[in-house]
Formats: sequence, structure tokens, C-alpha cells
Amino acid sequence: MAKSSKPAVNRRNFLKSAAGGTAALAAATNQANAQDTGRARPAAAVAAKEADPPSTLEVLTVDRTGSDFMVDIIKHLGFEYVCANPGSSFRALHESLINYGGNANPEFITCCHEESSIAMAHGYAKVEGKPLLVMAHGTVGLQHASMAIYNAYCDRAPVYIIVGNSIDAAARRPGVEWDHSVQDAAVLVRDFVKWDDLPISLPHFAESAVRAYKIAMTPPMMPVLLVADSDLQERAVPSNAALHLPKLSQTAPPQGDVTAVAEAARSLVAAENPVLVTDRAARTAAGLKLLVELAETLQAPVINQAGRMNFPSRHPLNLTDNSRALLGNADVILGLELTDFWGTVNNFRDQQERSSRSILKPGVKLISITAVDLFSKSNYQDLQRYPEVDLAITGDAEATLPSLIEACKKLLTADRKRTLEDRGKKLGAAHQEALERARTEAAYGWDASPISTSRVAAELWAKVKDKDWSLVSGGAWTQRLWNFDKYSQYIGGSGGAGVGYGAPAALGAALANKKHGRLSVNIQNDGDLMYAPGVLWTAAHHQIPLLSVMHNNRAYHQEVMHIQRMANRHQRGVTRAGIGTTILDPNIDYAAIARGMGVHGEGPITDPKDLGPAIGRALDVVSRGAPALVDVVTQPR
Amino acid sequence: MRWFIAVLITSALYAQTPAGNAQKGKQLFQSDGCYQCHGREAQGGPGTGPRLAPKPIAFANFTKYVRHPAGQMPPYTARVVSDEDLSDIYAFLSSQPQPPPAKTIPLLND
Ligand SMILES: Cc1ncc(C[n+]2csc(CCOP(=O)(O)OP(=O)(O)O)c2C)c(N)n1
Ligand SMILES: [Mg+2]
Repeated sequence: MAKSSKPAVNRRNFLKSAAGGTAALAAATNQANAQDTGRARPAAAVAAKEADPPSTLEVLTVDRTGSDFMVDIIKHLGFEYVCANPGSSFRALHESLINYGGNANPEFITCCHEESSIAMAHGYAKVEGKPLLVMAHGTVGLQHASMAIYNAYCDRAPVYIIVGNSIDAAARRPGVEWDHSVQDAAVLVRDFVKWDDLPISLPHFAESAVRAYKIAMTPPMMPVLLVADSDLQERAVPSNAALHLPKLSQTAPPQGDVTAVAEAARSLVAAENPVLVTDRAARTAAGLKLLVELAETLQAPVINQAGRMNFPSRHPLNLTDNSRALLGNADVILGLELTDFWGTVNNFRDQQERSSRSILKPGVKLISITAVDLFSKSNYQDLQRYPEVDLAITGDAEATLPSLIEACKKLLTADRKRTLEDRGKKLGAAHQEALERARTEAAYGWDASPISTSRVAAELWAKVKDKDWSLVSGGAWTQRLWNFDKYSQYIGGSGGAGVGYGAPAALGAALANKKHGRLSVNIQNDGDLMYAPGVLWTAAHHQIPLLSVMHNNRAYHQEVMHIQRMANRHQRGVTRAGIGTTILDPNIDYAAIARGMGVHGEGPITDPKDLGPAIGRALDVVSRGAPALVDVVTQPR
Repeated sequence: MRWFIAVLITSALYAQTPAGNAQKGKQLFQSDGCYQCHGREAQGGPGTGPRLAPKPIAFANFTKYVRHPAGQMPPYTARVVSDEDLSDIYAFLSSQPQPPPAKTIPLLND
């Protein structure tokens, strides 16, 4: 055992020594050692110390560390990218990733805020269908990350997080390392991650890392978190250590019970006015195809709540715009991965006396298929109000669709098919009317300044429609005016309505779209961007092509409306709802912010005639592989 | 007969429409926060509030709804918006131009 010059043998030195002769014994000056307290030392003291030859041959370097093995595991899991804001609690892992791991698969993406790292991972996962890796400081970094983790949790998106922590109190550097250490790092987010662990050995880390991946990817998919102890990362690993990469066996998604599926099929085929409602139903491109097949088999209308790209917007059976009337007249409603079945079938009035009433006609049968029934937590209330359904099928909607479609097809007689085809024709005509109605409505305020949101959507559509585009965030009018027909064209929303999701999630999705050569389009709210605008720099630094068009209503507009509601209810100050809710005086110059971060920026655009050309110029930049932003001063909504 | 009564009622309602000041109404539409849900041109907002212009509902119904809304809209009582202000807002709504038909706007046809 090497002798230490220090009186006490701490755990790290003890273990280093125990690793035997594997560590090189070079006594090179280690600058990081001199700096790593995070507190400045007097220069003279440092110089004196470094001039002193060590009294014994101290172990100062190491050939292979736990963090190298962690990288083996990380590569084994197939992460393409790691999003992180740097933090010393994972410094060994960081260094192993870029040097031992060659900064490829995963490649390091520098983020300016941990909320951005997570939301990027969230957006990426919805395009790519798998997680990327996020690393964060276990305390302050995870505190920053927490809201974005909550969004991903509510949105059933897999996000894979490793946080650093220094558990051995006797080995911590004095000062900041204590501030940034915690007994139980994961408790901060345990209510809204699906699983977490604190491995204390490398075999433990290996198993938990693979287990975490499997858990995150099992529907309902959610974030998972591993704590990487700094000692475990930095400790030497003998070159002959028998470390094993456990096999990753991903879980086949759970399907609904056969008997219940058969019952659902009977109800749907027999129904006069069945309605299909989709929210996070399609997890993959196959899910979109299956939903089309189900709707066409039944000739039933689809109301797309658009948590995912579930159903083509111009399909004759897409009757999202007629939602209220269809639900009110339905005899069977099938909800597929709905966030809020109760809210779908009830009308809630937000007046002084809160009230609600069902919009359904008596005798309607409600059927739900959702994997979320398989996973419940108590504290956070994203579960929504209890839905009184008649048949609750526990299982993943996409995985259950093939058997449901088959069961429906088996029940269809030639007679029944003819009846359903007639219904389909009527629905197709109603779809066309709804599209025309939407276009008529879009024309109101066409030349207005601030620019109408329908005009923004239409100008943008004209410029992207002939490309392989992907709308990665925002845009209410897009669902009514654009022709969505491919899975990659839309990724849904934030999940938990934690604002600040839009900008980074769009960038994460754009990162995923990059290798597919897709044009990523983001309709960017002003308030959302201001939480962590550093993502613009990340986009420029990593040359991630993304077109952002601002929906700049110069307000936290949702909250303007809430304050107005209170002022009216209290019968006072109805002209003062802008206090604390608007983003005026000074107006923010988003184009200048973008340019300041290395992103092409134009605007503010106030005349609708200038919008198309500005989008065109920005698209030229994006087509060359870089991000661009067009600031548009818009109507509130 | 039913048709005749309907015309009578409608014209009676419009007959009660006071002459408001559209210019002042435009300002009130912004300052009183109507624009927040209905858009600055009263064109409506997706998911927030319906379009109100250029042909608003009859003035009597308009006033009744604003004072005591049956849906989600927050109530504007006479304590915060006077009858005169309401007639100015109404005049603004009525004065809004009809937009060109969507069919004539190429961007709305593909
Ligand atoms: C983290 C967070 N803080 C506050 C809120 C409350 N909130 C809901 S919507 C909103 C306004 C967002 O502004 P912007 O992104 O510009 O969208 P707008 O409402 O103007 O369309 C706020 C602050 C929230 N949902 N999340
Ligand atoms: Mg805003």
C-alpha cells in the first residue's frame, strides 16, 4: 500500500491504493488539484507547496477510472448525445466522455441551463423515440432541471438523467463540494421520475443504468435518474477488473386484455355515432397508420387533442374542429391515451362559483385505453379528475390497436360496412366544411398589425409545405390550416405546461431531425423564450438547423387573461391587467438577442407584408445548416 | 307569421342600438381588455374567445352577455364599464371592415 503524506487515509486514497499497481506513479503537478476547492488560495502558498517535493511517492494519476466504465455503459445504451451544463460533481464522467469516449455517441451538447438540457432531451425523445443522456450537478443543477423533468414526466417522454454527487463526507473538498453534495439527491424529483437509484459499486451502476433505460422506455415512458457518486467516478479500476455490460432487454409494450378489447370492438362497430379521441395515442409512425386504419375501418370521426402526431389533419375523418357537437351526439367514445378524459366530456365554467356539467347525452358508453393506468403517483396532480368510464382498458394504445382493429374487422358484415361508408361520406363533407370555415375565420384580421396568428401560420406554411418539415413547437392555427400527414411533422406539447419548454424542446427535436435532413420549425412564444434564452447560443454553437418564428405578443398573455378575469370578478381596475403580466417597456429585441448569440435574427416584423420575405431569408440560413429566428409582433392569440 | 315576428324583434333590438363613438370604442376595446380573448381587431382568438366583428350580435344581447355572461367570459358590470362605453365598443365592432373572402387569398388555399 502506498504511504500517504496525510495523517488520515481517506476512502478515495484507500481505494486508489487498493487498486494495486495499476495507477501510474508519476508525480506531475496537477493544476486541477490546486484549484479544485473552488476557493482561491494565496499564490505564494500554492507556489511553496508545489515547489516541495512530495515526501513519498504519492499516487497522482490513474489509467482507468470508474467513469471510463460508466462511459462503456453509456455507449452500450446507444446514446447519441449528452446534454449538459458542466459541474464538478460529474467532472470525471465529463472528461471520460470527451476523451476516453472520443466525444462521439454520445457527443457533448453544451447547454446554458439544466432546464434546457432536460427539455432538449424531451423534444429529442419525441422525434427519435429514444432518450438522450442528460448530466447535471446533483444539487443546484437538478434544482434547475426539475421543472423540465416534470414536463417530460407529464408528457410520458423518456429522459435519462445522470447527476453527480459526493457522498463520502470525509473525502469532500472543503467549500463548494459540500454545498453541492446531498444525502439523497433524487428526492428532489422523486415524485416525478419513474425510477431512480444511487449505485455504490460499478456492477451496481451497470445494472441500474441498464434497468433505468428499460424502465424509461416502457410505456408509460417517463424520466429516470441515476446518481453517479464522484468517488465511484474517480476511483481507479484495475485493468483486469471483471466488469460486465448487462444485456438491455427492452420491454414489449403492454397490450389491452383480449376480452375487454373484444367488448370495445362490439360497442364501436354497433355504435351509430362513435367518436375516437386521441391525445398521446401514436408513439411511433406505426401508431399513426394504425389510427388511420381504425378510423377508416369504423368510418368514425377522430378528435385529435394532438399530444402526439396521431392523425392526419386533412384526413376526411379528422373532425377535431367539430369536437363539441360530435361528443354531444356520441353513443360510444373511445379515448386513446387521453390526459384528461373527464375534461374532454365535461364543460367547466371558471366563474366565481366554479361549475361543470357533462356535455354527453345519456347512455353514452365511454371506453379508455391507456398505459397510464399502470403507473400512479400521489403527490403531483397531473392525474386530472376521475373519469367515469364504462370500460377501462389498461394497456398502451398503440400496442393495443392491432388487436382492436382486427376485432372490429371480424364483426363487420357487408351490410354494416355499407352503412358505415355512408356515415363516412357525411363525415368527409363535414370535414371539408370545417376546413373552409377555418380558412374563412383565418381571413379576419388578415392585414392587421400586430400580425394575426392565422397570418403567421399561413405565411409559414406557404414557405415550408414543399419541404420535409417538422413542427417542433407551438402554433394553434397550424393544426387547422396545415396539412399534417407524417409522424415526424409534429411532436405535441409540454405535458406539464411548465413554461420555458418550447424553445429548448424545439431545439432538442431539431437536433434529432438534423440527421434526417428535416426542416425543424418552431413557433416561439416570447415569454417562453425568456426563461432560458441561452438555447439560442447552443443552437449556434452546435449548428443545429432550426427556424424559429416568434409569436411575440409582448406578454405572458395567458396570465394577462387570468388577471383580467380577477379584476372583472372583483369589479375593479379592469384596465390594469397588464401590470406584472406584459413584457413591454422596453420591448425586447429578440432578433438582436439571437444575433448576439450567433443566430441569424430578423425583426421585429410588424407589417404582415414583410413576413413572407423575412421567413424566406431565414430559411436560406436554415437550409445551410444553421439556426435562424424571425421576430414577429403578433396578436395576443 | 313566425318570420314576421322574428323581423319585428330583430328590428326592435337594432332600433335600441345607441349611436356610439367607434374611435373611442376601439380604444376601450384595448384598455378594457376585450382584445385579450377576442383579438385586437375582434377577429377572435383560437381557444380564447369568438370573433365579434364586423357583424356583432344585437346590441341588447351584447349588453346582456357582457354584463352577465353565460359562458367563460368574465363579467363586465356597470361598475367597471359604463353603458356609454359599451355602446362605443359596439360601434367599433360594427365599424370593422369585412375581410376579403378566403377564396381570394392564395395563402389560404393550399
Ligand atoms: C414555469 C412557469 N411559470 C409560470 C407559469 C404560468 N404561466 C402560464 S402561461 C404563462 C405565460 C407564458 O407566456 P408566453 O410563453 O409568451 O405565452 P402567451 O401566454 O403569451 O401566449 C405563464 C407565465 C407556468 N405555466 N410555468
Ligand atoms: Mg407571450
